[in-house]
Amino acid sequence: MSIGKHVLLVEDELNIIEALRFLLSREGWHVDTHSDGATAVEAIRTMRPTLVILDYMLPGKSGLDILTELRKDPDFETLPVLMLTARGQTRDREQAEKAGVSRFMTKPFSNTEVITAVRDLVQLSR
Amino acid sequence: MAREALTGSRIRERRIMSGYKQAELARQVNISASYLNLIEHNRRRIGGKLLLDLAAALGVEAAALTEGAEAALIAALRDVAQTAGVTQAEMDRADEFAGRFPGWADALAGAHRKISGLERTVENLSDRLAHDPELAASVHEVLSTAASIRATASILAEDKDLEPAWRDRFHANIDADSKRLADSSKTLVGFLDPETGEAASVSSPAEEVEAFLTIHEYSFDGIETGDAKPADLVEGAPELTSTAARQIALGVLHRVIEDSGRVTMADLTAALADHGPNPVALAQLFGVPVACIMRRMAAMPGLTYGLVVADRSGALLFRKGVPGFVIPRYGAACPLWPLFQVMIQPATVLRQRMRVPGRGGALFDCLAAAEITGPTALNAAPLLEATMLIVPIASDDDDRTEAAVEMGASCRICSRQACPGRREPSILSEGF
Repeated sequence: MSIGKHVLLVEDELNIIEALRFLLSREGWHVDTHSDGATAVEAIRTMRPTLVILDYMLPGKSGLDILTELRKDPDFETLPVLMLTARGQTRDREQAEKAGVSRFMTKPFSNTEVITAVRDLVQLSR
Repeated sequence: MAREALTGSRIRERRIMSGYKQAELARQVNISASYLNLIEHNRRRIGGKLLLDLAAALGVEAAALTEGAEAALIAALRDVAQTAGVTQAEMDRADEFAGRFPGWADALAGAHRKISGLERTVENLSDRLAHDPELAASVHEVLSTAASIRATASILAEDKDLEPAWRDRFHANIDADSKRLADSSKTLVGFLDPETGEAASVSSPAEEVEAFLTIHEYSFDGIETGDAKPADLVEGAPELTSTAARQIALGVLHRVIEDSGRVTMADLTAALADHGPNPVALAQLFGVPVACIMRRMAAMPGLTYGLVVADRSGALLFRKGVPGFVIPRYGAACPLWPLFQVMIQPATVLRQRMRVPGRGGALFDCLAAAEITGPTALNAAPLLEATMLIVPIASDDDDRTEAAVEMGASCRICSRQACPGRREPSILSEGF
């Protein structure tokens, strides 16, 4: 794996995981996945990916709580986080932005949107 | 509104005047109580044999139910005028307007009725979308599955050189997801559209109990006289499909037995004639808690009083709404309601004149009292149950000048923007 091309996909929908893993792998990313919200922060600390794709609604702990906890850690203050959500309400977006999300995307999304967002976020973080 | 559409209202008036329960009249003419309920609320057209049967059961000519609906039309026009804030002088000319321009009067009343119906739909759906966890999960399921299908389909469409093994795998995923989407869509439609018939399988226990109570008009003569047993009534109620709903309904009926043992409807009717609708005076007269009198008044046939009961957590345990006063089914109610204020003063009975924000600005007198329900324990606050009686103030009531506090149902569907109790933004604009 090359440094800077490691994404952790925190998502509990198996077929979304499969599609995104395929797409990102084809783009040259090493893709790790994690489906449990309760242990997601620990997984991020252990794997230290260069980018996280985070679902909003997860079993165990919400994506919003995971993000909030992550941003409290100085090591992950600037880690690019792309949040995917079926909850597209303005209030949810505002909450995610307050918590420090890098990009917010509502389901159903297009593959191009996801790939473009991932590329943008990596460029911005450099 | 077409004149014939008011026939339902006249049937309802006649039935109440005759002292019939909805279920009793429905049984006499061989239809279900819920169908009669739809007819009475002008949601089903009626004519032919059923109209003749109903007229015979009510002891009137069929023409009396279908003709001379002007009174209801004029009442609807007065409601329109009140909502629009026209002057009293103009409002008093509603009958002249209906007489001179019957077509326009029908159209105006019909449009008003349609707007009111749409407002109720918006309020109910918004309440569900915001607070019903099952509905939120259902929406999430649909959107997540759609996201999965879209991502996978895009790969199949855009990648012409996809390896056969991957292609087969993605085809299988789409097949599984599309089946899932079909199921979750059906569930979602069932939530949102009760006409599909799916609603019964997904409604909450509280909704089932509400349907049960509505069919019986919140009044249970047989239970009060001992002629009917709660368990039999609950077992025979097709609308109570879940165990939880049956348990809640049993609790309601046992409380009816308890309350009617303390204050019979006949005694309460006589006392109301002497003392007026004053729960405090009536509670003193009968030597019972004020909450007991409130429950009895709300169950009294012919009185359109609402009632809401909450426990110490603020959860609403019982709802009997009245037109113009929405009681939220899923989310938390307005914290300004006296219902919640009395929880810190259990020995106090509060009376608050309230105005519903927005169009119409209906007025209500809300009387609230809290009772201690749990055992006394050392160093522990007692469990409480608060009860609030909702008394509508009629548009022609002389007493409408009393100062009223603006209070809505819950923040999301309340248009009062500058409210000290606001928890979240409203979906309604000021004046909606």
